[in-house]
Amino acid sequence: MSAVRSYRSLALRYIAATALTILFLFPIYWLFMISFKTPDEIYSVPPTWVPANFQFKNYAVLFQDGDVTAVWNSFVVAGTSTVVAMFLGTLCAYSLARSRSGGAALANWIISQRMIPPIAVVFPIFLLYVWLGWVDTYGGVILLYTAFNLPYVIWMMRGYIMDIPIELEESALVDGCTQWQVLRRVAFPMARTGLFATAIFTFVFAWNDFIFALVLTRTEVTTYTVQVTHYFGGQSNFWAKISAMSVLGTLPVFIVVAAMQRYLVRGISLGAVKG
Amino acid sequence: MAHLKITGLHKFYGSVHAVRGIDLEIPEGEFTVLVGPSGCGKSTLLRAIAGLEEVDRGTIEIAGRVVNDMRPRERNIAMVFQNYSLYPYLSVFENIAFGLRARKAPQSEIEARVKRAADMLGIANLLGRKPRELSGGQRQRVAIGRAIVRNARLFLFDEPLSNLDAQLRDEMRSEIKRLHQEIATTMIYVTHDQIEAMTLADRIVLLKEGQIEQVGTPLDLFERPATRYVAGFLGSPAMNFIDVGLAAKDAGVVVRLTDGTELQLPAARRSLLGRAAERLITLGIRPEHISRAHDGALREGVVRLLVIIELIQPTGSRTYVTFSLGGVAVVAEVEPHDVDHANQQLDMQIDMNRAVLIDPGTGRVL
Repeated sequence: MSAVRSYRSLALRYIAATALTILFLFPIYWLFMISFKTPDEIYSVPPTWVPANFQFKNYAVLFQDGDVTAVWNSFVVAGTSTVVAMFLGTLCAYSLARSRSGGAALANWIISQRMIPPIAVVFPIFLLYVWLGWVDTYGGVILLYTAFNLPYVIWMMRGYIMDIPIELEESALVDGCTQWQVLRRVAFPMARTGLFATAIFTFVFAWNDFIFALVLTRTEVTTYTVQVTHYFGGQSNFWAKISAMSVLGTLPVFIVVAAMQRYLVRGISLGAVKG
Repeated sequence: MAHLKITGLHKFYGSVHAVRGIDLEIPEGEFTVLVGPSGCGKSTLLRAIAGLEEVDRGTIEIAGRVVNDMRPRERNIAMVFQNYSLYPYLSVFENIAFGLRARKAPQSEIEARVKRAADMLGIANLLGRKPRELSGGQRQRVAIGRAIVRNARLFLFDEPLSNLDAQLRDEMRSEIKRLHQEIATTMIYVTHDQIEAMTLADRIVLLKEGQIEQVGTPLDLFERPATRYVAGFLGSPAMNFIDVGLAAKDAGVVVRLTDGTELQLPAARRSLLGRAAERLITLGIRPEHISRAHDGALREGVVRLLVIIELIQPTGSRTYVTFSLGGVAVVAEVEPHDVDHANQQLDMQIDMNRAVLIDPGTGRVL
């Protein structure tokens, strides 16, 4: 009797889980499908669930017109700003964690910077960039993403570093390491999981950013998020291009997260213990 | 010349005065144990020697050079930490080789030295493993391997055995002692365990509240403690302390318990009284100096008394019994079959020649 009941509850749970998964995955499925459809299929009523032929014309157009440069631009600004923010942020976090630089207040003040809404600062920064001539340059966008991600990196890495037993570092010092060697040979490998997890979040933030890129780029370093908006026209929307570009923009993040999932899950739970 | 010389050392943590003026000289090749309860400053002292703590006053000299301003890596010291401090992402081989790599030793030398250290500690078959695949005892061996591989001139041990279970602790203790006999380097060992201190040390430094209470060989401290604190710290079970009156009687001198019982002291102790007729003191007697009374004449200084046994604790080779003496619970060590059951009346004898008399005001042994 109770065995039957437990089977039934298990079945119900699976059904609920499947239903939710379908619900959440449907928009992504639809996005991918549109990118392979012909214009007729896109507008057909009733909707075409699966395109008759998977054709890559929608993608080919993006390559022919050079629109994919936007994905490359996203990759350059997100990648570079992640590397720079991770490097500077980890050093800063180490100092905060181990030397108590600035006391507890400084760490709290730093994370508070992350809470500023981007829209509140984007126009002053735009005016500053115009004056400096940095609008629509890689350097300008990278600098802004780095600055915006640094508080997050510092805060997260500080927690991970505080989780490293100090004896491991002390024992390395006694064994003959310099402070730099301690960082490179003990602190970084020990905090590896946290480094990866933080880097992924940093990268994804910069990759997905829209508001900064919209205001600070024109034609030279347009990122893919801004590029997508160019396909929304006054008369009509280019759904084929929108979906193909969105897929191109989603895939890199999708691959990175899938590959690093192990670090992501462990990294998040590690950081949760100490803030 | 002293290998390690510490002069007037002070260390503050904020308003806490952790080390309060330590003067200590340790000769080359000696095994010194710093012992004391937690918070006595022993670990701080060790960390100051290693260069992991800055000192506020005083100097530390190693082999004739003041090292106060030297970084840990410049002091050529090896240290074994309580929690092993192994790098989880490195193999046993790389853990042992860590210090050599940091100092950029050539690969051939690293291999030879790691192998020799591993052989010495019986862990040669574990070199390819990761620390998480090792037992506690094996980890501790690797930690010791890391220290000995470097030919440091000074070895520091910070409670290295306190994470191990009792049996393993005994085993590693003998191993460390054997190691010292083999490599004969100056070693400083911190522990709160008096048995580790007694068994390992050439010399014990007993600390209390950031100051040295007494320095000497294990037997020195055990047999001739300078203070009540030292007398009570060493020995297991601990020494019995009874507040008594010291009084002249006839030509000799006796201690008088609160219930009026008088125990005769050896005549030589008469001088403690001076001109006074009576003074309050604390009488200290180790459990092993109270035993079941034998028939026949008593030696000089041995007194006899009848007691009622309240508690029996057999350990196999010896049995500890508790009874009341002058209102204080006193522990004595007897033969396993000397006593049958609680509430038994037993004829006991106390060797007053071995008794320690303490000034209750200063805590110093008279």
